[in-house]
Amino acid sequence: MSKQEQHWEKSKGLLMMTLAIWFVFSIGIFLFGAEMNEVTGPFGYPLTYWFTCQGSLGIFVILIFWFANRQEKIDEEFGFSERGDD
Amino acid sequence: MIKGNFIDNLPKVYGIYTGGFLAFIIIMSIAEQMGMTAKTIGICFVAFTVAIYAIIGYLSRTAQADAYYVAGRQVPTVFNGMATAADWMSGASFVAMAGGIYFKGYGYMALLVGWTGGYVLVASLLAPYLRKFGCYTVPDFIGTRYGGNLSRFMAVVVLTVASFTYVTAQINATGTIASVALDIPFQYAVYVGLISILLCSMLGGMRGVTWTQVAQYIVLIIAYLLPVFWISNKMGAGFFPHFMLADEVSRIAELEAQFGFVKNSAENLKEVPKGLAGITKAHSAVNATPWAFISLALAMMMGTASLPHVMMRYFTTPSVKAARKSVGWSLFFIFLLYSSAPMLATLSKLSLIDPSLPTGIIGKSIAEVQAIDWYQNWNQANLMFVSDFNGNGTLELNEFFMGGKAVVLATPEIAGLPYVISGLVAAGGMAAAMSTADGLILAIANAISHDVYYKIIDPKAETAKRLVVARVLLVVIGFAGATIAALEIQGILGSVIWAFDFAMSGLFFPLVLGVWWKRANKEGAIAGMFLGLVSGAAYLVWVRTGGSGFLGITQLTFGIFGSAVSLVAMVVVSLMTQAPNAATQRMVDEVRVPAGKSILGKQH
Repeated sequence: MSKQEQHWEKSKGLLMMTLAIWFVFSIGIFLFGAEMNEVTGPFGYPLTYWFTCQGSLGIFVILIFWFANRQEKIDEEFGFSERGDD
Repeated sequence: MIKGNFIDNLPKVYGIYTGGFLAFIIIMSIAEQMGMTAKTIGICFVAFTVAIYAIIGYLSRTAQADAYYVAGRQVPTVFNGMATAADWMSGASFVAMAGGIYFKGYGYMALLVGWTGGYVLVASLLAPYLRKFGCYTVPDFIGTRYGGNLSRFMAVVVLTVASFTYVTAQINATGTIASVALDIPFQYAVYVGLISILLCSMLGGMRGVTWTQVAQYIVLIIAYLLPVFWISNKMGAGFFPHFMLADEVSRIAELEAQFGFVKNSAENLKEVPKGLAGITKAHSAVNATPWAFISLALAMMMGTASLPHVMMRYFTTPSVKAARKSVGWSLFFIFLLYSSAPMLATLSKLSLIDPSLPTGIIGKSIAEVQAIDWYQNWNQANLMFVSDFNGNGTLELNEFFMGGKAVVLATPEIAGLPYVISGLVAAGGMAAAMSTADGLILAIANAISHDVYYKIIDPKAETAKRLVVARVLLVVIGFAGATIAALEIQGILGSVIWAFDFAMSGLFFPLVLGVWWKRANKEGAIAGMFLGLVSGAAYLVWVRTGGSGFLGITQLTFGIFGSAVSLVAMVVVSLMTQAPNAATQRMVDEVRVPAGKSILGKQH
C-alpha cells in the first residue's frame, strides 16, 4: 500500500470514530429522551434537557478540536502537513 | 498607534473596537440618566453601529479577484470563527430562538442540537477538502470536480434557491428592527436595511464582509449575553445562569403542574392577535417523539453542511489545517449564544408566571395587568395580549399570549433593566440579521458572477470587468430580496428552515461524495442535484397543499426525503455511466492530502 493510501485509510478511520461520537450525541441519546429526562444531570438540570441546552452542543465543540488535532497528527506522521502558517 | 501588517494587528484592532463599543454603551446609559429619550437611544445604537460597519466596508475595498472572492485567503482561525458565527447566527437565531424554546420546549430544541451538530459534519467531511481544492465558490468545486458546465450550473441553481429563501427572511428582519428603532414605516425600513447591508459588501466583497462580520459578532454577543447575565443576577437566580438555573427550571415545572395546561376553545382563540401564542407545552419535559426530534435535528445538520454561505467562509483561511481549527472556533462562538438562549427562555418564563415574583402576572387581576406600563407598550406593538376567557377576573396561564420575538425584546424591560439595554438588543439583532444577509447575498452574487458569467459565458473577461459584474449582481440580488421581503409572505423562522432543506436536498451528497467517493461522476452528480432539489420541492408543495406526507416527514424536514432521492439517484446513475477519467481521480487523491498546491490556482 502506498504512503498515500495508508494516510487515507487512517483518515477514514478517524472520520468513522468522529462520526460515531457525533451520532451518539446528536441522534443516539435522543432515542431515549423521555427515559433519560427522569435522571438528574449536571448542575441539577433534567438530563435530556441539559443535553439539548448545553451537553451535546459542548461535546460537539470539543469533538471538532479533538478531530482537528488527531488529523494533524496523522498528516504529520506521513509528512503531508503544510509548512508554516497556522 | 498601529504599525505594520493589518492581519498581525487584528487582536489590537478588535480589542480597541470592543472597548470603544463598551464605552459607547456606558455613555448611552449616562445619557439615559440625564434624560435622553428611549427613541433617541434606539436611533443612536442602530445608527452608530451601522456607521462603523460601513466604515469597515469602505476600508476593505479591493480590486483583486482573490481578495474579493476569498478575502485573500489570510483570515486567521479565531477571527474566521467569529466571522462564521456572525454569518451563521441570523436574525432568527438572535430574535426568535429563545422565543421558540419558550413556547415549544423540547421539540424546538432539536434546532439547537441540529444547528451545532452540523459543524461536526462540516469539519470532518467537507471544509478542509474544499479548502485544499482552492475554489472561490461552492459551484466552483462541483464544476471542477465533476466537470462540465451543466453540473456547475445545477449547483448554482440549488445554491440560489436555498440562499434566496434564506435571505428574504434576513432582509425582513433588518427591516423590522430598523423600522422599530428608527421609527419609519416597514416598506421603507426594508430598503434602509438593504443599503446598510450593501455598504458592507459592495466595495470589499468577501474581504469587506469578513471584517464587518467580526465586528458584528462582537456587537451581537455582547447584546445577547449582557441582558441574560444581568436579568439572572437581578432576579437572584444565579450569578452564572448557565450553571445555576436548575431550581428555576424545576420551579417552572412545579408551576405548570399547579396551573395545568387548559386548552382554549377555537372561538376564544379568534380574539388573540395573529402571531401570538400561549404557553401550552411543558418547559423542560420531553414533549416530542424521538423521530420528530431526531428528524428535525438531522435535517438541520445535513443542511448546515450544505449551505454555501457557511462553506465559503472556510475558503478564506490560510491553510487546510487552519480551516479545520476554524470550524471548531466557529462552533465555540456559536455555542456562547445558543447555550444562553434556553437560559433566557427560562428566566423570561419564570419572571412572568411565578406569582411570588414582583414581575409575575399570572394570578393577578386582569385590570391590574392591563395597567402595567410594559404591558401597554408591548400590547401596542402587537406582541402581548391578555383576555379574561373564563370571566373570573384573574389572569390564568391560558389567558396570557405573547409573540415569539418578545422573549428577547421585552424581557429586559419586564425585568426592569434600563432602556439602554433595549437599544443594545436592537443593535445586536440588526448585526445578526445584517451579517447573515451579507454572507448570503455575497454567496449568490459570487456564484453567478464567477461560475455563470466568468466560467460559462465569458471566460476571457478581465478581473476589473468580473468585479464590476459581481458588484452589479450584488445590488440586483439585494433589491430583489428586499422587494420580496417587503411583501411579507412568510414568517422569519419558517423560511430559514426551508433554506436548510433545499440546500441538503440538492447539495449534500454531491459535495460529500465528491470528496469521499472517487467513482462519483458528472452524470451522477447532475442527477443527484436535479432530482434531489425537484423531489424535495415537490414534497414541500404536496405537504403544503394538504398532502399527508409519509414517515413523519413534515414541511420542516422535507430535505430528508430530497436528500435520500439525491443519494439514490447519484449512486445509481454514477454506476450506470462511465467512471471519471484518470485525471479526475488523481485530482480527488490530491484533495485528500493537505500538503502541496491547491487544485485551482490562486487567481482563477
